[in-house]
Amino acid sequence: MNRDKFEPLILGFACNWCAYAGADLAGVSRFQYPPNMRIIRVMCSGRVDPTFVLKAFASGADGVFIGGCHPGDCHYIEGNYKARRRYELLKKMLPQYGIESERLRLEWISASEGARFAEVVMDFINVIKELGALGKRQDQ
Amino acid sequence: MNLYEIIQDTKTHYCLECGKCSSICPISRYDPQYSPRVMIEDALFGFEEELIHNHKLFSCLTCYACQLKCPSDVDYPLFIRKTRELAAAAGEHGDYAHSGTLQSLVGLMARSSIKQRRFEWFSNSYRTSESSDVMLFIGCSPYFEPVFEDIPVRTLDIAEASLKILNSLGIEPLVHPDEKCCGHDALWLGDMETFRILAEHNAAIIKESGVKKLIFFCPEGYRTFKLDYPNYVKLDCEVMHISEFLAQRLETEGLRFNEVKKKVTYQDPCRLGRHLGIYDAPRKVLASIPGIELVEMEHIREDSICCGTSCFTNCDSYSKQIRVGRLVEAKATGAETLITSCPKCQTHFKCAMVARGEEKGPEVEIEVMDLANLVANAIGG
Repeated sequence: MNRDKFEPLILGFACNWCAYAGADLAGVSRFQYPPNMRIIRVMCSGRVDPTFVLKAFASGADGVFIGGCHPGDCHYIEGNYKARRRYELLKKMLPQYGIESERLRLEWISASEGARFAEVVMDFINVIKELGALGKRQDQ
Repeated sequence: MNLYEIIQDTKTHYCLECGKCSSICPISRYDPQYSPRVMIEDALFGFEEELIHNHKLFSCLTCYACQLKCPSDVDYPLFIRKTRELAAAAGEHGDYAHSGTLQSLVGLMARSSIKQRRFEWFSNSYRTSESSDVMLFIGCSPYFEPVFEDIPVRTLDIAEASLKILNSLGIEPLVHPDEKCCGHDALWLGDMETFRILAEHNAAIIKESGVKKLIFFCPEGYRTFKLDYPNYVKLDCEVMHISEFLAQRLETEGLRFNEVKKKVTYQDPCRLGRHLGIYDAPRKVLASIPGIELVEMEHIREDSICCGTSCFTNCDSYSKQIRVGRLVEAKATGAETLITSCPKCQTHFKCAMVARGEEKGPEVEIEVMDLANLVANAIGG
């Protein structure tokens, strides 16, 4: 497989109050980043059930991104802490299923961090490009 | 396949509308909306749309209680399975329990080239061999652990107990690192594409390893390999449930167990009992352990009551009522332990005992244990 040609499919969950607004700011400020990520807006990163992540991988995603508010900034007080706990659990579970734990990323992005959003997403896309398509790593 | 062919295949047109199926059905007992007879009637009248979009289609436990009572020998579970294929093709699915985690896992395994790390749980105290001609199928048990942590069910205990039993009989089984889900749930939910991928994968790795005998501790995997795989793939080895295997060894080698003082009762899993007709082997194993007193429940063998859910789909309050009903029966025997030989029966019974949120748990506390664990205890060491 030609690694340069591989375009990963990434699913992103962004919280309505911080990460999604950050993505919006990245857009209006015209910070460029590759179009590999499809964003689903959720009201809070705490809404992201571990099942969503598993289902994303089962349905063909190569990477899953979760964006939430910085610790202490959650609109619902502690939703992002819940997201962090689930994230840690998933990080432990995924390798057993044969999915590299780097394919899941949780980042705290505030509504004013448009540039950071673009940077983080770009970096994540590069990581996934390096890893290759899900499950194809052994064949390379 | 269309509805007409399904009716032909499953002899549904012989239905006399006697309603025996609905009176024996464990769901109909609690859920007045659900009736196998009415489902069949819908099919015979040709109401295909109504049938495949009927939410209750995915409630059937496929426990085969109705089929054994049917005077016309209508294969209702097979009818349900085939109709679910139509429903799945139309985009219908039941309500997945546990937010669909287990269905996602099956989907992940069907993505062919993902390399699992199945042996993180494996302790070195058991002997396995790569060149053995006996293979122990571990199946999905390593993946149940994190999902059912809160219940708490440790399905891997059953795997470890089975390894211990085989080791003590001088067998070092092959435990395959690349085995995948047997596809039981995918098959019974009508997802034939996933089932085919999994069946072909498992058949290929088993052929390559050259094993002669495949041992299961899960009746669902056993049923799928024994009855369903031959229709799709070629499998050149003998398949066996661990209780059958033990019963055979009891006869040929005069196996001896240590004493375990316990009053137990036994739950026949539907896949092992009604699907495959294995009722005596587990009872024989129980009888061979000194100190074990087996007291039977009111409904046993062919009349045994299911654990309430199949394929982790449409698990609702009726499922819980079935479970609680069964546990009350088990408690009424005065036994201290309910023995079963299916990891899923154990999961479902333990789940029924857990109190959730404000709700108080039902008064049906009883120890639930797998047959393999009991035998492993009786081996000692």
